Amino acid sequence: MKKLINSPDTVVTDALAGMAAAHPSLAVDLENKIIVRAGGPTAGKVGLVSGGGSGHEPLHGGFVGYGMLDAAAAGEVFTSPVPDQMLAATKAVNGGAGVVHIVKNYTGDILNFQMAAELAEDEDIEVASVVINDDVAVQDSLYTAGRRGTGATVFAEKIAGALAERGGSLAEVAAVVAEVNERSRSFGVALTSCTVPAAGKPTFELAEAEIELGIGIHGEPGRTRAPLASARDITAIALDAIGADIPLTGDLLVMVNGMGGTPLIELYGIFNEVNRYLAGPDVRIARNLVGNYITSLEMQGFSVTVCRLTDTLTDLWDAPVDTPGLRWGR
Amino acid sequence: MDAEFFRAWIAEIAAVVEVQRDHLTQLDSAIGDADHGINLSRGFTAVQAALAQADTPTPGSVLLLTGSTLISKVGGASGPLYGTAFRRASKALGDAPEVDLPALAGALEAALAGVQKLGAAREGEKTMVDALAPAVGAFNKAVAEGASAGEAFSALTDAADAGAQATISMQALKGRASYLGPRSVGHEDPGAASTVLILHALRDVAARSTG
Repeated sequence: MKKLINSPDTVVTDALAGMAAAHPSLAVDLENKIIVRAGGPTAGKVGLVSGGGSGHEPLHGGFVGYGMLDAAAAGEVFTSPVPDQMLAATKAVNGGAGVVHIVKNYTGDILNFQMAAELAEDEDIEVASVVINDDVAVQDSLYTAGRRGTGATVFAEKIAGALAERGGSLAEVAAVVAEVNERSRSFGVALTSCTVPAAGKPTFELAEAEIELGIGIHGEPGRTRAPLASARDITAIALDAIGADIPLTGDLLVMVNGMGGTPLIELYGIFNEVNRYLAGPDVRIARNLVGNYITSLEMQGFSVTVCRLTDTLTDLWDAPVDTPGLRWGR
Repeated sequence: MDAEFFRAWIAEIAAVVEVQRDHLTQLDSAIGDADHGINLSRGFTAVQAALAQADTPTPGSVLLLTGSTLISKVGGASGPLYGTAFRRASKALGDAPEVDLPALAGALEAALAGVQKLGAAREGEKTMVDALAPAVGAFNKAVAEGASAGEAFSALTDAADAGAQATISMQALKGRASYLGPRSVGHEDPGAASTVLILHALRDVAARSTG
C-alpha cells in the first residue's frame, strides 16, 4: 500500500484537521468527527445533516457551508458514523425549525441514523430522515437491502440546502430531498479497485483489460465484469441502464463524477460522450457537473448521475452556494 | 455464571477478533467493503477499555456496557446489530448476579430477536442471522432437554458452524453483499463468520470455567 498518510488509524482525523485549517468557514469537532458551519445554527432555519463513511471526499464534509449542508458526520473509511456523532451534529445545527437527515441507503447508515434520530427526538429535536437510493445497478425489491445511495446525494444536498436557506419548512425541505432522489438515477464503472487504508490491499483485483460495471462507492465489486471498451461504449452502457429506469427527456442535470483516481481529461471525454448520447429534440442537458464529487478513495472510474429537472429544481440548483466542494453565485 | 464469567467471555471475543481481524476483513473484501474485521477489532478494543474502567457487578451490566460501547464505537451495520444483541441480552438478564443455562438461553433468544427486528433479516438471506438463529435454537433445545453445560455449548457452536458454512452457497438478500446479486454466491458471510467467533468464545470460556 502506497498512501500519503501518517498512519491508517489517523487518516480520518488528520484530514478533518486539514479541512478545519484550510476552511475558516467550517468548524471541526475532532472528538465527534463532525464538520459544521462556523458561527453556529441559524435561528429558524431547517438544519441539514448528512454523513457517512469517509473516503468519498468531498462528500460530505466538503459540502458543508452556505446553501448546502449545516453539518456532516465522518465515519471511518467506508464505515457509517455512529449514532453519537449524528446526534452531536443534529444538536449543533438545530435552529429550532427541525433537522433533515440525508441518509444514503446502506444498512449501516440506515441503522445508525435511525438510532440518532430517536436520540434527537428524546431531546425534543424534530428530525425528518430521507433516504437516497439512486443507483440503478442494484435490483430493487421488497426482500433486499435495495438500491444504493450514490451521486444523487450531491444533488439532494445542494437543492435542499438552497430551499432551507430560503426558509423552507422541515416538511418542505424533506420533500425536496425525496423529489430529487425520485427524479435521479446513477450508474458507476470502475477500472481499478481501491485500498482501504486499514486493510492495506485492494478490495478486489481487476485484470489489465477488465472493468467492473455497476459499482457503488465503497470499492465493492459491481454487478458484472466486462472487457475494457471505448469511452463511447462504456458511456452508452451507463446511460442505457439509467434510460431503462427513467425517461431521459426534458431538462436534465447531469453529473460526470470521478471516483478519485480518474484524470479530468478522461472525465471530460466521458462528458463529451454523454453530451453526444443525450442529443435530441426532446432532451437538453440544462446543467452539469464534471469532476470529483463523490469518490471511492483512489479508484479509477466514473459514475453518471442524471436528474430530471423541473423549473423549481433548476432555480434551487442555481441558488448561491459556498462550500469547499461547490461554490457559485455568492 | 457470574459477572466475572461474562467479562472473561468479552475478553476472549476481543482476543479472538484481534487474531481473526484480517480473515474477517478478507471475507468482507470478497462480497462487501473490506472493513468487518477492522471494525470489530476497534469495537471490542473499546469495550475492553470501557470494562476496565467501569464497575460491572452483574452479568447484565457487563453485557449492557458491551452493547452500548459497540453502538458508540463501531459504526457500519455490525455496530448497531451486535450492540443491540448485547443490550437485549442484558435486558433479559436483568439484575441477576448469577445466570444459569435457561437464563442464558433466554438472553440469547432476546439477542436474536433484537438483531432480527433491527436488521429485518430472516434465515437464508446470507447474514449473521444464519449463524445466530440455528445456534440459539440448538442451545435452547439442548437446555430444555436437560443437557449438560458442555453438551449445550457444543450444540450452540456446532449449529453456528453449520449455519455459517451454509451461507457460502446462499445469494445475499440483505446487507452490502446483496448489491452483488448472484455474484455473492460462493463466499462465506463475514457477519456469520464473526458470530461463530463470538459463540465459540462463549463455549471456550464456559469449558474453562467448569474445568
